[in-house]
Amino acid sequence: MVLSVVLGTGFALLLAWKRLPLPDLFQALVSTPLVLPPTVLGFYLLTLLGPHSLVGRAYHAVFGGDIIFTFKAAVIAATVGSIPLVVGAVKIGLDAVEPNMVAAARTLGASPGRVLATVTLPLAAPGIIAGAMLGFARALGDYGMTQMVASQRFDGFGIHNESPASIFVMNEMVALREDSARNMAIATTVLGVVLLILANRLTRRLRRG
Amino acid sequence: MASLVADIALRHGELDLAVTLRCPPGITCVMGRSGSGKSTVLNVLAGLTTPDRGTITLGDEVWFDRAKAVDIPVHHRRLAYVFQGLALFPHMSAIQNVMYGMVEKSPAKAQALLDRVGVGPLARRRPRTFSGGEAQRVALARALARAPKLVLLDEPFSALDRELRAQLVALVKELAVELAVPVVHVTHSLAEARLLADHVIQLDRGRVIADGAPRDVLVSDAE
Repeated sequence: MVLSVVLGTGFALLLAWKRLPLPDLFQALVSTPLVLPPTVLGFYLLTLLGPHSLVGRAYHAVFGGDIIFTFKAAVIAATVGSIPLVVGAVKIGLDAVEPNMVAAARTLGASPGRVLATVTLPLAAPGIIAGAMLGFARALGDYGMTQMVASQRFDGFGIHNESPASIFVMNEMVALREDSARNMAIATTVLGVVLLILANRLTRRLRRG
Repeated sequence: MASLVADIALRHGELDLAVTLRCPPGITCVMGRSGSGKSTVLNVLAGLTTPDRGTITLGDEVWFDRAKAVDIPVHHRRLAYVFQGLALFPHMSAIQNVMYGMVEKSPAKAQALLDRVGVGPLARRRPRTFSGGEAQRVALARALARAPKLVLLDEPFSALDRELRAQLVALVKELAVELAVPVVHVTHSLAEARLLADHVIQLDRGRVIADGAPRDVLVSDAE
């Protein structure tokens, strides 16, 4: 969630920047996880982060391990899937910041970095919090991409308690542990619905101004 | 004492602005109809809008010179700008708003400024709890806290009733004398200009059509 919020906020700030080159292309790239099949995204991640890729080899050289089929890969998959939702919510938060607030801070001697840290981000906070909730809710529901890049570790024989909810439920079903699968499914549903209600409330408040 | 001299030109949407302004220390009221370029002039002076050509100097300091590629960033121009909507930071208390622009943050100085403009008891409260007049006073205190070399006021009293406006006009006049720097005050109120102005500049469709002492410009305007 932290990773999606940091990256999502960064992308939303770039999209809000008036001098961003090719903004339509950038917006489309950020939104692609919404429209591409999870297996295609999983394929890209496997290609980009696999043990034979440039990133995979560099990671192995520095840290002595792999990214793919580890918990890190599950985190990356969840982040990629949730980014469009986080960016959308943060963008609504940033759009709600009155331009005069930013202008006033600048005329009061604040550098661009200080304006961002002390005025823009605090005023956009409801959007950032809504984005974090939506991103977390989306990560709860991710299955396809996570299955492709992190499933070997979570196949019922690995450290199964650390697996994402979606894979945990699948593994419990395959192992005929229906009660455990049901409990996780209900817990995930309740958490997801609560997060969506909170995120919708925050977003509605921002839109009302 | 430093005067502001600006010779600027800018095309911005339908506005074709080309003006020369000389604002000595004291209050210069810039008047004109909506769309005459008053607020654009303030934004250009502040550095929020970049003119297509020209120069802006304050005494010996060159803030903008297109030909010499000089453009001092907004946050390095020592000015105070009170916006029409005031733009008080809603997530900060009155005293935090006032301290925001201070070079050396001093809660005691900020409190003294709030006391000076008559809203000392509001120090710990946030802007959403202020009345219109209280918000104006906090905005003025925030502007003063920067020890500005230039003060820009964009119709700050337009939403106030007559009595409150009279009180604040008197306060601005007093503060302008204390600061002894150019104060550029945009207004469309003749009454306000008569009470405040040491100097009046009248704009129409991006051009200066009158420039002088209030008794000359405002009389000719009435005629």
